[in-house]
Amino acid sequence: MTGLQETSQASPHVQTPFDRFWREFAESRLALLGLAVLIIVMVIAIAAPLLAPQNPYDLAQLDVLDGKLAPGEQSMGGKTYLLGTDDQGRDMLSGIFYGLRISLSVGVMSTLFALGLGLVFGMLAAYFGGWVDTLIMRIVDIQLSFPSILIALILLAVFGQGVDKVIVALVAVQWAYYARTVRASALVERQKEYVEAATVLALSKPRIVFRHMLPNCLPPLIVVATVQVAHAISLEATLSFLGLGMPITEPSLGLLISNGFTYLMSGKYWISFYPGLALLITIMAINLVADQLRDVLNPRLKK
Amino acid sequence: MFNYFLRRFGQSFLVLIAMSCIVFLGVFAIGNPIDLLVNPQADEIERVRATAALGLDRPLYEQYFTFLKGAASGDLGRSFVFGVPALELILSKMPATIELALFAMVIAVAIGIPLGLVAGLRPDSLIGRSIMAFSIVGFSLPTFWVGLVLIMFFAVQLGWLPSNGRGETTLLFGVPVSFLSWDGLSHLLLPALNLALFKLSLLIRLTRAQVREAVLQDYVKFARAKGLSQGRVIGVHILKNIMIPIVTVIGLEFGSVIAFAIVTESIFAWPGTGKLLIDSINQLDRPVIVAYLMVIVALFIAINFIVDLVYSLLDPRVRLGQSSGGGH
Repeated sequence: MTGLQETSQASPHVQTPFDRFWREFAESRLALLGLAVLIIVMVIAIAAPLLAPQNPYDLAQLDVLDGKLAPGEQSMGGKTYLLGTDDQGRDMLSGIFYGLRISLSVGVMSTLFALGLGLVFGMLAAYFGGWVDTLIMRIVDIQLSFPSILIALILLAVFGQGVDKVIVALVAVQWAYYARTVRASALVERQKEYVEAATVLALSKPRIVFRHMLPNCLPPLIVVATVQVAHAISLEATLSFLGLGMPITEPSLGLLISNGFTYLMSGKYWISFYPGLALLITIMAINLVADQLRDVLNPRLKK
Repeated sequence: MFNYFLRRFGQSFLVLIAMSCIVFLGVFAIGNPIDLLVNPQADEIERVRATAALGLDRPLYEQYFTFLKGAASGDLGRSFVFGVPALELILSKMPATIELALFAMVIAVAIGIPLGLVAGLRPDSLIGRSIMAFSIVGFSLPTFWVGLVLIMFFAVQLGWLPSNGRGETTLLFGVPVSFLSWDGLSHLLLPALNLALFKLSLLIRLTRAQVREAVLQDYVKFARAKGLSQGRVIGVHILKNIMIPIVTVIGLEFGSVIAFAIVTESIFAWPGTGKLLIDSINQLDRPVIVAYLMVIVALFIAINFIVDLVYSLLDPRVRLGQSSGGGH
């Protein structure tokens, strides 16, 4: 499934593992759609300052008189805002572009840190076994028996607000999933013949673990990581919505929604509806890709 | 059996101690505990007096034991904002949260299991696929956003249902409940639906998977071969056999419903423990935060313990292997 194993048993046709992977992935139109949307969302997030009609956080560009304009409504100055404006006359479309940037980077960053941490602990548990394994897996079990939102809330209630604190909380919530996944697949891989072969060749233990076992443990990990990015983004938005996540200086999608919630009752739906829609599209796109990845990377489902 | 019970009880107790340790360290060791325990408006003399009175000049392990002793006798401090014991405050808000959670669970079960059954019996039909698509969407949607859309649609646009508060409550066996009056029920409906959606999707998936597995079993084929009616095969043979895992998940998920009620209660201004927690965090009412955490942790451990126990009674195989439920 991964580079190392695939190249050693390459089929007569010149077909790289990636080709095969891509062909299987592209079998689902829905997954391709998800991937396309995801790429667009990522481009928007990365190039937000170039694409956004205005810089929503440059006060000089804001006009309070343009506040709370409905989508498409023309302002006094003759400007039209595609998705309307918020209470301070901020263009919602630009706000969403910048918000995507913050939401995505927090989601991806926390996932990467959690992945690293989970990988280390999962490998340690599988490699050493015995009491190390029992201790680590007990902690994982206990943590996973509590809902992630509760753990994140506890941590943020203790730490207080801040970007770094949100990331720490998200990492603390997620690492256990990776640790469990890595340990499970490492235990399976350890029994396989190629590891035995490598051992017979008298390769060093770190080499066996990192060059031989680790690449084969990656597929399930990639699936978990994709799902978890969506989860992290949604959790961050929830925490920010509750006022416990990002500070006002870092307006993620969750904060935008929270800000618009006040105006929802008076029928000014767009201030919180469109950031919510952006959040939703992002999460759905990631989940579609993750679903197909799970099918493609799961050897049990191979025909 | 008794050994298993004892071991499981010991484990629960250890988790409770570990959690109290984390909460204690979090609140007492990170940051200056006096800031957390004394009203921020207090002056210097008051702070010094409080430090001595609270025993914060003593070593940490001594403080921890004092904290444990207080917690064991139900003393978790007084709320700054309300001036009443924190534990009492939380328990007074508990009926609202439990009612919301139970009602949400009833909705999830009443809709989720039948839909899952249909999707499991006809996995490739249009209706089966639509049900699964619905459950995938329900899984992906963040709870708070669904709440927002529900308010936007049913409360603001249509004006059918109220969007905040608990409405009129009636006493049932001395406990105030909403669902007995129309006013209360109308207030309960939107938040309960919001809270139910995630569990509903979960139950659809779970039931569908169980049904698909069950229909392939010999006893179902045999029942069909005997010429039993479709209704009897489904109602007696399939449903009865898939109920153990489903009931277990319903039990385990009840704790997570109470945790997710934090979000729903905040959106719909439902006066339960979750809203109290968020309000307390925003007002820096630390004793209430500590008390809430201890209560919810104890509740979780109790739920996990009871579900494990019931499960092991129903299915002896569990006692041999280790299993645990995942979060989300």
